[in-house]
Parts: sequence; C-alpha cells; structure tokens
Amino acid sequence: MAVTQPATLPAMIHDTNALTGRLMKAILRSPDTIITVALTPIAIFVLFRYVFGGAIETGEENYTNYLLPGILIITIASSVAYTALRIFTDTQKGITARLATMPISRSSVLWSHVVTSLVSNLATAAVIIGVGFAMGFRPDAGLGGWLGIAGVLGLFTLSLTWLAVIPGLAAKTMEGATAFSYPLIFLPFLSSAFVPTASMPGPVRWFAENQPVTSVVDTLRSLIEGTPVGNDIWVALAWIVGIGAVAYVVALRRYRKAV
Amino acid sequence: MTRNRTSTARKERGTGMNAAISIRNLTKSFGDNAVLKGVDLEVRPGTIFALLGSNGAGKTTTVNIASTLLAADGGSVRVAGHDVAESPEEVRRSISLTGQFAAVDEVLTGRENLVLIARLRRVDAPAKVADDLLARFGLTDAADRPASTYSGGMKRRLDIAMSLIGSPAIIFLDEPTTGLDPEARLEVWKTVQELRDGGTTILLTTQYLDEAEQLAERIAILHGGTIIADGTLDELKRMFPPAKVEYVEKQPTLEEIFLAIIGAKEAN
Repeated sequence: MAVTQPATLPAMIHDTNALTGRLMKAILRSPDTIITVALTPIAIFVLFRYVFGGAIETGEENYTNYLLPGILIITIASSVAYTALRIFTDTQKGITARLATMPISRSSVLWSHVVTSLVSNLATAAVIIGVGFAMGFRPDAGLGGWLGIAGVLGLFTLSLTWLAVIPGLAAKTMEGATAFSYPLIFLPFLSSAFVPTASMPGPVRWFAENQPVTSVVDTLRSLIEGTPVGNDIWVALAWIVGIGAVAYVVALRRYRKAV
Repeated sequence: MTRNRTSTARKERGTGMNAAISIRNLTKSFGDNAVLKGVDLEVRPGTIFALLGSNGAGKTTTVNIASTLLAADGGSVRVAGHDVAESPEEVRRSISLTGQFAAVDEVLTGRENLVLIARLRRVDAPAKVADDLLARFGLTDAADRPASTYSGGMKRRLDIAMSLIGSPAIIFLDEPTTGLDPEARLEVWKTVQELRDGGTTILLTTQYLDEAEQLAERIAILHGGTIIADGTLDELKRMFPPAKVEYVEKQPTLEEIFLAIIGAKEAN
C-alpha cells in the first residue's frame, strides 16, 4: 500500500502564497469591496453614535470608544461572507476542482482564502478605525494595547473565516453560501456591544453575558481604554480558538469530500 | 473495499501496466442512484479515447474518479501506472483535468492565469512558459486583458493551455466543446489532435457523435452505468447491419454553410 506523502511546510507556503496572490489581485482590482463591506457598519456606527447614543447610559464618558469594538465585530462578520462567496464561485467555475487535481499542497487552496480574508479585514478595520477617529474615538491604548487589539481582531477573523469556508464549500446556491453570516452580524446586538448587559431583562441578559461576542467586545474595550482585561480575554480566546479549531477540522474534512 | 481493490489491482497488474488509463469494474452510487455499475475501459498511451454518452450517463463521474476528485465505491482505476485510491499524489503528477466549464479566473488576465498555474506546477521560467502558450493558442493579443472579456472559445483555449503546463502525460477533457460555437469547436478539435500528435494521452467525454468520430481512435459508449460498446469507429460500424448503397443528392450541412459564410465575411 503506497503512502501519500504529507506536503512539506515550505511547499505549502509556496502554494498558499501563489494562490493568495491571485485572490488579492481580485480585491485590489475592485477596491470597492473593501468600502462596500465597511458601509453598513459605518451606518450603524453613525446611527448609534448620533441618534440613539444620547439616550444610552453606559457609565462611560466616550460612547464612540464604547461602540467601536462592536462595530469592528459586525464588520468582520459581514466581511467573511465574501470568503464563502469566493470559495463558492471558485467551486462553481471548476477552479477548485482544477486545483484539487494538481500536485500541490491540499490545504493551501483553503489557506489562500483565509489569508486573503485576514488581509482585507485588516484594511477594512483600518477604514473603520479612521472613521471612528473622525467621530471622536480617543483610545488610551499603548503599543501593547494596540498589539493586543490587532491580535484579538486577527484571531477573531481567522476563526470566523474558517467558519465561512464550510458554507462556501457546501452551499448549492450563492444565497446559501452567505446566509450563515446574518446571525453572526446580529449577534453583537444581543451583547454588550451597544448597551451594558445590566440594562437587559433576565433571559436576554443571561444570553448576552454568556455568548462569545460579549467577552470579545469587553476585551477590546479594556484594551482601548488601557484598563486591565481581567478574565474576559481568556473567555474570549477560549471561544475564538474553540470555534476556529472546530471550523478548521470540519472545513478540511468537507474539502476532501467535496472536490 | 480497499482489500478488494488491492487484490483486483494485483491480478490486473500484468495487463494494466501498459495502459495509460485502466478502469476495471468501476462502481459508484450517489445515495440510491447507482451511476456506474461496473465500467471497464482501457486507454492506450498517446491516443485519443472518446467516452460517449447522453447527459447524466456518468461520464463526468468516471472522469472525476480517474482524476482523483471523487472516491470510487468499488473496482480499480489505474492512471499512469498508479492506483488513484492508493497514490493520488502520484496520479496528480501525471494528469491534468479540463472540466466541463472553463476553469479560468476571470479577474486575472490570460497571462496571469498561465503564470499562476506555472508557479503552482513549479516549472522553470513561468513567464516564458506563459508567453509560449499564449502564442501557441493565438492569445498573444489578448494576453493582458482580463479573461472576463474573452469569448467562449478563447476561454476554452486558455483553459486547455493552462492544462498543458508541466506537460502532463494524460489529459482529461470533460465535454470540451459543449456550449462553443462551430468555429471555436473546430479550434478545440485541432488543439486536441495536435496534443495527441505530441504524444499526450487524451480521455475526452462528449455527447456529440461527430466529435467522437472526428477525433478518437477508440470510442466507448457509456449507457445505463456500463460500457455497452467499445472499439474503433470501424469496429463499431461493423456491429451494425451492413451499409445499404443509396444514391442521394449531397446537400451541404448547416455547419458547412455557416463556416463558408463566416469565412467569406472574414476574407472581405
């Protein structure tokens, strides 16, 4: 029985690099996707900051600082739908099949989509933070804090993107490929992203305090304000790594079966 | 299942080794739907083999299994001397798949599509390989335009050009001319014949009788999950009642008329 040789790491990096170049060209040639992704979150940002904000009592002085983490989460949740869409389109067009019959590293095809998502989310997050500054975002984070913010956002994107790979591979229609992102976009509204959970009635409050977005938002908020992150960061990382690891395993299994 | 396949492979090793593609008793079901019920076929190196069948006959399923995309339920498939289930990596080094739809990235230019595949196949001088293929397939003028601006025939030519990078010994062409206009179809036919003349083995699927007749040394008809006829065109013809001699006025076919008019227009 012949043994399939595992692809070496340098080979995998070479292939991922080549394939990421292809996807990044697509994004750079239509940079409007980065703007389009940012538009809805910015609208929500403006709505909460200037319309509802005056009536919301957070116990903190700067409501823009308070809002920004949740807006970033919504941005990432809607942006990863594009990863699902790109994988779905590749599969429909036979590009996934072509790559799967080539002597290249198996996982590099999926990793190229994930790396592309990380890079484009970084760009979109920069746009959102820029808009935030214009709306009165005044962080107290030092260098360590900013590295922490980038790290949490990066891991969060990584985790959600692997989740997005699954519908991208499994979906039969374009709508099916992106539908998973709607509940993800809604989740921040049932969290501490816009109002303190203490203001919510019993069962809603319980859900809000125990779902992953709240711990991620609270961690980001502490990093922005330069206050101790406490236990939140560990809860947040456990959620992020847990969801990401499960999604990664399911996605790879689905990929081996699907193509 | 694995045990079955291995023992079958061992038995066949004596005969199957010389074939570029050797398929024995291949079965595959999707749920309750048995698509392949024991397919046997053998493709000799350097020949064009046409797998003929109507829509849904299982042509694509056969090609997908032989090109390592899909696992078989039973039987053995050897491609370039390697079992597709046991050593898919070895098989992938020897093959190229051109699927039913032109698998080109439409955002990239024709040149970028070729360079990408050349880099992934780790050939030397990807840029030169791309240039040569662009010239060979008459795409030099369109090389730096996004593939989304190409006609169906140009996309198909680019698609086939991408399949040739790294000079795979065996090429699978799944319905290469479906959806193409008559001119583009003739271009693809010419390309396929040139490939065969260069020593490449080609397994092509088609639902067009004339395509199989024009191109293939050997034709197999896939129907109801098995191969119901397999042979050269002459052998297949001999299976039917002897031809009657009749005298009929030779009318030009619509294809001949179409091509004549197009040709005249372009000459002007």
